[in-house]
Amino acid sequence: MRHLLSAADLSLAEVTSILDTADEMHTIQQRQIKKLPTLRGRTVINMFFEDSTRTRTSFELAGKWMSADTINISAKGSSTSKGESLRDTMLTLDAMGTDCFVIRHGSSGAVAQAAGWVRAHVVNAGDGTHEHPTQALLDAFAMRRHLGGGGAEAFAGKKIAIVGDLLHSRVVRSNVLLQRTLGSEVTLVAPPTLLPTGVDEWGVAVTNDFDEVIHTADVVMMLRVQRERMYGGFFPTEREYAELYGLTPERLARLKPGAAICHPGPMNRGLEISSEAADAANSLILEQVTAGVSVRMSVLYHLLGGSSE
Amino acid sequence: MTNSTARIVWDGHQIARAIARMAHQIVEVNAGSADLVLLGIPTRGVLLARRLADAIRSIENTEVAIGELDVTMYRDDLRRQPTRAVGRTAIPRPLDDQTVVLVDDVLFTGRTIAAALDALKEVGRPRSVQLAVLIDRGHRELPIQADHVGRQLQAPAEARVNVKLTEIDDHDAVTISVPEG
Amino acid sequence: MRDLLITGAQLADGTSADLGVSNGHFVAPSDVTDAERIDADGLLALPGLVDPHTHLREPGREDAETIATGTLAAARGGYTAVHAMANLDPVTDTAEAAEYLAALAARTANAEVIVIGSVTKGLAGEQLSEMGLMNRSAAAVRMFSDDGRCVMDPLVMRRALTYAKTFDAVIAQHSQDTRLAGPTACCHESEISGRLGLAGWPAQAESAIIARDVELAQLSGGRLHVCHISTAEGVEVIRWAKARGVNVTAEVTPHHLYLGTREVESYDTTFKVNPPLRTDEHIEAVRAALADGTIDMVGTDHAPHAPQDKDHPFDIALPGMIGLEQSLAVVIEVMVDAGRLDWPGVVDRMSAAPARLTRLATQGRPIAEGEPANLVLVDPSARAVVDRDASASKSRNNPYHGRDLPDPVVATVWAGKVTHRR
Repeated sequence: MRHLLSAADLSLAEVTSILDTADEMHTIQQRQIKKLPTLRGRTVINMFFEDSTRTRTSFELAGKWMSADTINISAKGSSTSKGESLRDTMLTLDAMGTDCFVIRHGSSGAVAQAAGWVRAHVVNAGDGTHEHPTQALLDAFAMRRHLGGGGAEAFAGKKIAIVGDLLHSRVVRSNVLLQRTLGSEVTLVAPPTLLPTGVDEWGVAVTNDFDEVIHTADVVMMLRVQRERMYGGFFPTEREYAELYGLTPERLARLKPGAAICHPGPMNRGLEISSEAADAANSLILEQVTAGVSVRMSVLYHLLGGSSE
Repeated sequence: MTNSTARIVWDGHQIARAIARMAHQIVEVNAGSADLVLLGIPTRGVLLARRLADAIRSIENTEVAIGELDVTMYRDDLRRQPTRAVGRTAIPRPLDDQTVVLVDDVLFTGRTIAAALDALKEVGRPRSVQLAVLIDRGHRELPIQADHVGRQLQAPAEARVNVKLTEIDDHDAVTISVPEG
Repeated sequence: MRDLLITGAQLADGTSADLGVSNGHFVAPSDVTDAERIDADGLLALPGLVDPHTHLREPGREDAETIATGTLAAARGGYTAVHAMANLDPVTDTAEAAEYLAALAARTANAEVIVIGSVTKGLAGEQLSEMGLMNRSAAAVRMFSDDGRCVMDPLVMRRALTYAKTFDAVIAQHSQDTRLAGPTACCHESEISGRLGLAGWPAQAESAIIARDVELAQLSGGRLHVCHISTAEGVEVIRWAKARGVNVTAEVTPHHLYLGTREVESYDTTFKVNPPLRTDEHIEAVRAALADGTIDMVGTDHAPHAPQDKDHPFDIALPGMIGLEQSLAVVIEVMVDAGRLDWPGVVDRMSAAPARLTRLATQGRPIAEGEPANLVLVDPSARAVVDRDASASKSRNNPYHGRDLPDPVVATVWAGKVTHRR
């Protein structure tokens, strides 16, 4: 694998291989000594043009536990049309002999553009409102363990509801692409103002009514309301949103027994998810975080663990 | 890959006899099987470890602990070939003060076993570690020797020596193929 | 300046003639002396093309384009006149700025440069520029535009249309409601923008402003020109307005005639342009409207940018693409060769109509004895793969790079002088 830019780049065999390897990494994480020598001598640069403590830390641990030389660069604020161009920034760091860039950027497509300019491998750690493939992989990892493990058959026919601000969510785009590969049945739930244009062509079910799917879903994935992107009022009030689209205690009670609750974090408790739901026994939210490191170790291994073709 | 023809140098009977002999030797050297843990290196090392355990059971009439030790993440030659699939690691019980016998199908450069020793270090501190291989084909690149060997085989460095086992290859055999041209 | 004798050329109406050129005018072939001969056997002779919409970047961004390089690109594309947009640095919002630009052009240009003034001071959309003084200046400005930005305030737009009427000037509007999409909008709103996670402009952000402006044009009696119309909805509004007798004209760019929003799937910022590349139904609508005259003319919106302004993420990179050199090629490809526009139609849409827009006396005229010698010789069957590095423009944001297109322009003559010859 040269880059991981989009969940659409991954075949079923590749997804399975990444999740299986992540299983092994997960076991290793239970040990006292977590460090593997696998990526000794390799340099991984985490370039975060946008803040993200969770994802950056997760990638940093993944790199370090694989013995890669891992460097974090916070490039926040450097991305304006007046500043150094993204191309120059990337070419400069690439020229230092970097093996892999993990890039988070506030602009959709910026990571794919960067990949076109450098020799190093590139992992998309979230680009604008476009994609976040490692999040979708770790979601699938946590779901697979919850759904009883095994290979891709764990997902066949499973009903996954993704609820919330779909318009600004890179998580939903990657999840729809990955879950399509895995064979589950995805339903997207959002107010009409937070649906991306053309969502009806994504090959998934779409509804504006959360209560339509609450009792049939095997997994309910709640997305964060991105307050910072709420330009022009996408819904009347947070109170109304929480009532219509939040995972309230009432909806929690109507979930199918054993249905899992996911949230990519950070959560707005009381808005899209109630504390009762976030802390429920069937909430996978903390497992998602743990899975993050295992999956990212696996991704780094798949990119850097062999000869570069 | 260039065309090559595989020559069978050992058949199923010969493999079975070798495994029986190695089992006897392991039991004898270790004076029984009480503290013994057999760790197979995926894929075929795991199968051979099971066969050795079966053989030891028929000799001693006791169960010997077996497990799997994947070494992929510890290899120092990862960058020389396309990404390898990672195998399973399953340690049956704490290894501290146990006698571990690493089991693999072919001993060649010694790099796999070096990686295995590194991997082993992370999961425990055995009293001693031994190595059992079905075939020792020479051409070592590291100072590593096997304690229990099915057969020494003189094969040119460029030859491919393959162990086939019924569980995944439909039949038991050891083959040598030399790439032409 | 040597006389010219152009032999064997065919005119747009199908007749053949030898053309003499002397002292900047067409003369009888027998009236030239010591003439440079151009064998135009098998070539079409069309009046020099006129671009109603060019960004020359000088003064302000001479690293991206200058008047000299921009007008050389124009000459290579068969143009003998370009209208220079006002979004320069300093903005062309005073008589002094307009005269400076005209003087600069007189020294360095390879085509006639017609100065466009801004509608509002500093393009800020608030206070009217000194339109009257610009009109009375040596630059004789007859078109005003804040292009690059929409005059959003309806009251300001109404006043501009009313005020400019007194000296028969036209207000050229960049029709786009900036509130209808988020502040990060950077491409056409469609299934593709949704999938790519890019904020889009809906087609209605264009048509809603056009609808407002044609109402204001009717109210004021002023002249409205709609820049770079790109949507089926916008075309419908123009059709409706013309049927009601509103004084409105519209232009379409070569890129909106030829390129679709699919181009942005690779996030290649060469294809970031404002208004954005649209979907097939819009492309079909603007082609049909150019054919039937609802859209009056082709305007290139030639917008050179330096690499450091394009090598950014898609939503941050500057919008715009160059187009002077390939404009006629695109019109031949999608209109002439497709049987939707004949050669007299091309002459009207690319020369006569834009010249009428600003009442040009010496451009867009027929090829006839006594007329100014502005002419382009066209080989309608030649083709070539476009190479952006072969451009006369200083910039390389050429969306046609690598595409097989007509390569029609053999020679360009501006005011009797050969400005391009292959």
